[in-house]
Amino acid sequence: MIEVKELFKAFDGRLVLNNINTVFRNGEVNLIIGQSGSGKTVLMKNIVGLLTPDKGRILYDGRDFCALNKKEKIQLRREMGMIFQSAALFDSMTVLDNVMFPLNMFSDKSYNERKKRAMECLDRVDLHNVDLKYPGELSGGMQKRVAIARAIALEPKYLFCDEPNSGLDPKTSIIIDELISSITHEDNITTIVNTHDMNSVIGIGENITFIYKGCAEWKGSNKEILNADNKPLEEFIFASDILRHMKTSKKTNE
Amino acid sequence: MVSIKDGLNGLGEYVILIGKAIAVPDRWRMFWKQYVTEMFQLGYNSIGIVLIISFFIGAVICLQIKLNIQSPWMPTMVTGYTTREIMLLEFSSSIMCLILAGKVGSNIASELGTMRITQQIDALDIMGVNSANYLILPKIIGLMTIMPVLVTLSVFAGVVGAYATTFLGTTTFAELNEGFRYEFNQWFFWCGMIKAVVYAFIITTISAYKGYMVEGGSVEVGKASTSAVVTSSIYILFSDIFLTNMLT
Ligand SMILES: Nc1ncnc2c1ncn2[C@@H]1O[C@H](COP(=O)(O)OP(=O)(O)OP(=O)(O)O)[C@@H](O)[C@H]1O
Ligand SMILES: [Mg+2]
Repeated sequence: MIEVKELFKAFDGRLVLNNINTVFRNGEVNLIIGQSGSGKTVLMKNIVGLLTPDKGRILYDGRDFCALNKKEKIQLRREMGMIFQSAALFDSMTVLDNVMFPLNMFSDKSYNERKKRAMECLDRVDLHNVDLKYPGELSGGMQKRVAIARAIALEPKYLFCDEPNSGLDPKTSIIIDELISSITHEDNITTIVNTHDMNSVIGIGENITFIYKGCAEWKGSNKEILNADNKPLEEFIFASDILRHMKTSKKTNE
Repeated sequence: MVSIKDGLNGLGEYVILIGKAIAVPDRWRMFWKQYVTEMFQLGYNSIGIVLIISFFIGAVICLQIKLNIQSPWMPTMVTGYTTREIMLLEFSSSIMCLILAGKVGSNIASELGTMRITQQIDALDIMGVNSANYLILPKIIGLMTIMPVLVTLSVFAGVVGAYATTFLGTTTFAELNEGFRYEFNQWFFWCGMIKAVVYAFIITTISAYKGYMVEGGSVEVGKASTSAVVTSSIYILFSDIFLTNMLT
């Protein structure tokens, strides 16, 4: 469980996050949604420690990230996996070396065991026969899957995904979403996903935080979101015609 | 005033970054792997350019001295002697490193800059890897190891270049031989080695700093790589004066 308490972050005097309070639950896919530029990435970077909050606390199962000393921070980092918006694979390494990297860095196992674990992770994300290719030779969707494989190699307790399906076609997006969802449930991970894709919201959003104008404007699940009574949220969701249509037809049916 | 403040800020950032880079590696096996890769990438791949440039400069210096400086009242060994000392004292150590700053510096800055903007460095940090240590230290140690080798090769290529002028008929093998052997001071060679190691440190740390700190996109990576070359060249020139004054 990750708790965010009274988080503030400003850039050059411009407040991007204004008193965010929210909880991300264990074994569930937690979503952060909001318009482009609303501060989702900034919030996630604060949570994982790539940015330092101006004020506020981030508790990882009770451990206050900002208050930890260097050694404890590194220890906590080993429990985290992250998938970046741009996949962020090491482009000078093969796919196998990418997935093996965290193991090479932190595991005392033998080479063969590390390799075996990396191959398991690649299997897990349904990638076969690409281990000797370079990231540049893969499609965007495949790169995302390699990134997932790399993130889960050390069996993280916390998984962060910044827009995992940006730039992917709808079908591939669903595959990636389902992969993230099943990994979360099977391994009982606290997963946080940034997205503005309504398909993901409806598909995998068990616990959703909607960010609007720097505040956590609404919280709930994908079951509640379509009927939520919140103006900015409605505007965000029903920006898409199909969904607006779904809502009106649902209302007329009732 | 703003530029002084920026300068001090930059210096502070540089010192912090290099301090972070110079630490005991998380994993030695990863360090050695990177170290060998960097030596190959930064050093081995520069051997060609070092040999070619030094060969021609050695030849030209020799010709210039023979044609324009050497007079009948000077001993014949002057040409060889002067060529040797110029190569050893200045060209192979300092000018060669200045040229390498262009090649190696832009290479390091653009590599790290690209890793920064594509979030590869963030990915390392998230894993709990000391990214500065993992990425920069092997470059520093790698180039510091290989630079003395490059400088030595440069001296030899220069001497070979000078001998090559005998084929033009301008110089004779015997006079060059005499000059090259005349009062050889071993310390000059060690001065070159010391300079090489210092310049290798300057080139790698400044370029790594410029690349590692990139914010923005491809334009900024380009700027960082230019700035890496310019800044490390300036610092090489400055320290050349101090080192020359100190060592000889
Ligand atoms: N390093 C930074 N310096 C200054 N401003 C920043 C920085 N990072 C983000 N911002 C600002 O913070 C705001 C939120 O940005 P953020 O990247 O979090 O948006 P986002 O919700 O992730 O959008 P998207 O869906 O497009 O990824 C933006 O207005 C951006 O300009
Ligand atoms: Mg974003």
